[in-house]
Amino acid sequence: MFMRNLTVVCAIALATSPLLAEDSGEEKATERTSATLPERLEETGERAPMEPPRSSAEEVGEIDVSSNAFGVGQPATEEQISAIDIDVMPDGQGLPEGSGTFADGKTAYDQACAACHGSDMEGVSELGAPALLGGRGTLADDSPVKTVESYWPYASTLYDYVHRAMPLQSPGSLSPDEVYAISAYILGRAGIISDDPDTTLDADSMAEIKMPNADGFVEDPRPDVGGNE
Amino acid sequence: MPNDEKFPASRYGPAERHMAESLVEIERQMLADPQQEDCDCKEGMFNGLTRRGLLAGGLALGGGALMSGRAAAEAPPGAVEYYVQPDPTKEQGRLILQDDGYGSRSQFESEVRWRYPTASIESSWSMTPLASGHGIITPSGLHFERHHAGIPTIDPRTHELILHGMVDTPMRFTMDDLKRLPAVSKIHFIECSGNGLTEWDEPTLKTVQGTHGLTSTSEWTGVRLSTLLEMAGVSDGAAWILAEGADAAVMTRSVPIDKAMDDAILAYAQNGEAIRPEQGYPLRLLLPGYEGNTHIKWLRRLEVSDKPFMTREETSKYTDLMPDGSARQFSLEMEAKSVITFPSGAMKLPRPGFYEVTGVAWSGRGKITKVEVSADGGKTWEEASLEGPVLPICHTRFRLPWKWTGEQAVLQSRATDDTGYVQPALSELVDVRGLNSVYHLNAIQSWHISEDGEVTNVHA
Ligand code: HEC
Repeated sequence: MFMRNLTVVCAIALATSPLLAEDSGEEKATERTSATLPERLEETGERAPMEPPRSSAEEVGEIDVSSNAFGVGQPATEEQISAIDIDVMPDGQGLPEGSGTFADGKTAYDQACAACHGSDMEGVSELGAPALLGGRGTLADDSPVKTVESYWPYASTLYDYVHRAMPLQSPGSLSPDEVYAISAYILGRAGIISDDPDTTLDADSMAEIKMPNADGFVEDPRPDVGGNE
Repeated sequence: MPNDEKFPASRYGPAERHMAESLVEIERQMLADPQQEDCDCKEGMFNGLTRRGLLAGGLALGGGALMSGRAAAEAPPGAVEYYVQPDPTKEQGRLILQDDGYGSRSQFESEVRWRYPTASIESSWSMTPLASGHGIITPSGLHFERHHAGIPTIDPRTHELILHGMVDTPMRFTMDDLKRLPAVSKIHFIECSGNGLTEWDEPTLKTVQGTHGLTSTSEWTGVRLSTLLEMAGVSDGAAWILAEGADAAVMTRSVPIDKAMDDAILAYAQNGEAIRPEQGYPLRLLLPGYEGNTHIKWLRRLEVSDKPFMTREETSKYTDLMPDGSARQFSLEMEAKSVITFPSGAMKLPRPGFYEVTGVAWSGRGKITKVEVSADGGKTWEEASLEGPVLPICHTRFRLPWKWTGEQAVLQSRATDDTGYVQPALSELVDVRGLNSVYHLNAIQSWHISEDGEVTNVHA
């Protein structure tokens, strides 16, 4: 049974695998994708030692070990940073331009997410894909249900995570408009924002959302248990 | 179960369904005939599926079982099957460098990590076989793993780390840059805060690998994070730093800047060689004593901020739900814990006699100062000897000679660290935290020994 479940995940992964696209048998001449094999020194035949690592700094500059000036590394440019600076914070910092509606979100969700999380966001446990809805008011129960709706303290985390890590088989593939739309759909279905088809999320409206469990988190009070000598 | 139920049309389009069914069929055939050559004649057997696709499928399945080929079936993983001489004193041994210069373990050893059967294979974990471990170091190939999106293969020649946010000069480092900076080597454990999550309610897994195998110790070498932060110049008001990995989860956690400045290491080596891919090659953040998830692997970015980032792994996950419905957040330090690894669950003591009880103890807050062992379920305790070196935030080996008389016994160990904290009983933890907090179970473990020597996991 377990193997079957793996197979399902595998099938979905394969459905979008680039390996399938380039299946023509002919290998392209590619660059070596592993370390160069050991070289030998002349005369003794010893194995050549590693090459000393090289600083990427353009010039050596001033070296002052006591004040951490090593002439190593280089300044990062705005461009280099923004290419990978994808995080979004609770106050909305990091949210990109763009917007998306509940209605567009439904279309995108059904296409990109429903296969794993279920058409009603109920989750598919044999795929390990959690439910995204439900569970409000259950956190103090014997069997609490922790979902985006019931547990997540910030809407920013939903944007951040969906954009960063979902859909599982092609993470990072959604445009800002799509992530806004899918967020509007999930949060609308959760009753956290309106589920009117025209409900629109963008950077401003996203940052204003108050999640049901926003005040549910406390600081770590440990050590709370355990004798003290 | 007929196939059409397995892949319902509500969830699978026709193409996906065809693919899934094909894979089920392939898996069935491979399992039925594991010896069959993976020959070209198989190609084209299923529309749109090539041999490369198959291999990818097999790998994604984590599937030693699915990979055909005889060699794999003969020697245990990590070993090579060599000819065993009837009398090794009467003939020459195998020639030097027959291993091409990188050794492997004996073909008579077969310890392996065990994957906890999570439903998702991409987001899963494997556990260290503690029962057969010796000393305090975990072999790199047996260090536990926790991945949320598989193991990326990263070329260190192109990998870069960017440090930005609330700093005077945002910086960019190649792996070569990092290796040019002053380095440190430290021996530390890493423990996943989910270690033992199956054990809150009732004894569930049978072996110490299952109950405690999400902790491992290595020597880690790299650059102090404080060195980089001082190079970049941290701005006033900075309080947190985001660490981000280059895997498909683009894993992120927020870390207090004080920790980053104190003892955090950007590690590129583990146990004397380059860090293993599954441990974050080429670069991993090491936060001594913090829960494993924060030790971001495949590290690509660090961003300094005045606030925590509230990522999914510090809100939805790795938070501890309390009985009143509130949840503890940023429970970062791993509290003192110990476990007896021998004798331990699912073993059978052959007969009464002398046994050396041994195990490991560790604390995320400092050094282990004492480990006590009980053979009567906690009524009486005897101090075990701690084997040096006793290092801070590191597995510490303890040993105690013991005579098993053949009567029932319940073996327990209890660790104390240099903050004076004493490892609690499970009931004490449950009284305060209830049964739904999932993470941070550091209770005393009990192993019951029956009259016929069977060792079982019990709550006592
Ligand atoms: C191939 C299956 C798959 C697809 C498709 C998929 N997910 Fe997921 N999703 C998962 C799995 C598995 C996890 C759990 C990952 C983990 O725990 O590390 C997850 C986790 C999540 C979570 C976190 C839930 C929580 O409570 O922590 C959210 C939110 C989410 N997915 C949203 C989406 C959205 C939105 C889409 C569509 C854009 C999507 N997923 C597509 C499999 C999938």
